[in-house]
Amino acid sequence: MLRFSILVEHWDLYMQGFGHTIKASVLALIGSLALGTIIAIFRIAPIRPLNWIGTAYVEFIRNIPLVLIVFVFFMGLPAVGIRFDSFTAGTLGLMVYTAAFIAEAIRSGIQAVPKGQMEAARSSGLTYLQAMRYVILPQAVKIVIPPLGNQFINLVKNSSVLGVIAGLDLMYYGDLISSKTFVTFDVYIFVALFYLVLTIPLSLGVGYLERRLLKAR
Amino acid sequence: MMDFAGAYAPAHLKFLLQGFLVTLEVAFISIVLSFIFGIVIGVIRYTKIPVLSQLLAVLVETIRNLPLLLIIFFTYFALPEVGLKLDKLYAAISALVIFESAMLSEIVRSGLQSIDKGQIEAARSSGLTYGQTLWYIILPQALRRMVPPIVSQFISLLKDTSLAIVISLPELMNHAQIINGRNVNFVIPIFILVAFMYFIVNYSLSLVSRRLEYRQR
Repeated sequence: MLRFSILVEHWDLYMQGFGHTIKASVLALIGSLALGTIIAIFRIAPIRPLNWIGTAYVEFIRNIPLVLIVFVFFMGLPAVGIRFDSFTAGTLGLMVYTAAFIAEAIRSGIQAVPKGQMEAARSSGLTYLQAMRYVILPQAVKIVIPPLGNQFINLVKNSSVLGVIAGLDLMYYGDLISSKTFVTFDVYIFVALFYLVLTIPLSLGVGYLERRLLKAR
Repeated sequence: MMDFAGAYAPAHLKFLLQGFLVTLEVAFISIVLSFIFGIVIGVIRYTKIPVLSQLLAVLVETIRNLPLLLIIFFTYFALPEVGLKLDKLYAAISALVIFESAMLSEIVRSGLQSIDKGQIEAARSSGLTYGQTLWYIILPQALRRMVPPIVSQFISLLKDTSLAIVISLPELMNHAQIINGRNVNFVIPIFILVAFMYFIVNYSLSLVSRRLEYRQR
């Protein structure tokens, strides 16, 4: 039987970890949406050097582990004198990593809008940017939302990587509580439940949006 | 300061390669086992075997919505508490297999569902049993479609092995951190090298996956 007394007695610690997990996820989401959009624009803009930069970012970041990126912020940059606390280092690492995936989601959403739309907008006198802003992006947003939702779910799960660098998240507090109580099994079952409280509703929401989008087509 | 010459001493390079071999070994064993479990779970869910199918659905959804890091912690630190003690290698492989089987079962299930229902009807009306239809008609076609997403999943898996650093599995990230511990001037050169090691393998895999996807169109 699970010892619920552990949950009750250490509720405050669990809540602190839970709060930090949410905070890191939301901050990293906002950051990676901004960075990801810029990189997506780099990838599709009709300017070659920008395309290369965008592609290089996406391909490089997607193919290396998140742990490595977080370590770069936590240990690599401090080695050259740029210091962050562990929470900030972890959140920045999450942001840089997730931005590559978000950029891909946005790019494929924009490219899913039929080419004729851009051509029609351009030939009716709109500039490239106007066509993007008023014709392409409004259509792309609908396509992009479900994959972005999936990225946010991954982001919440990936935020556990903060635990590796003592980043004050749920994993870190789980570790703390288990070293206080000398209990691991029950402590981590409760940690798991806290993650599920976040990820299951998100998964259901994304599933709902996906089905609705499928019907709308 | 960065000490490239010191960081890339032959002994260090050898040590990193040893770590990388463990990474590749763990990733390979895990993907093979996960593939087998993934097919079994995917087929059970596709054929909607009553009770078992619903049970697996709950299990798969729960596991998919948890951070892999938590599962690694669990198999290594929590299972001994209930009498199941695994060494680092087996704990890491079990965690990866638990997580990836859930992921792959979803790939298998959607691969199976993407095969036209007419195929089943045609096979059944030409006298094949349901089992034969699945084995000779549906699975072979679905497997071909599953290859690209499975390769992508293998790339994630290869990156995710780095999470086993929390249980000090002697894989690439762990060996990198051991070298980093010797001299702070090694940190950046080592991270650059390690990033390229992951990148080269994963990028090559992603090119293979893209080629396969292209050929199928």
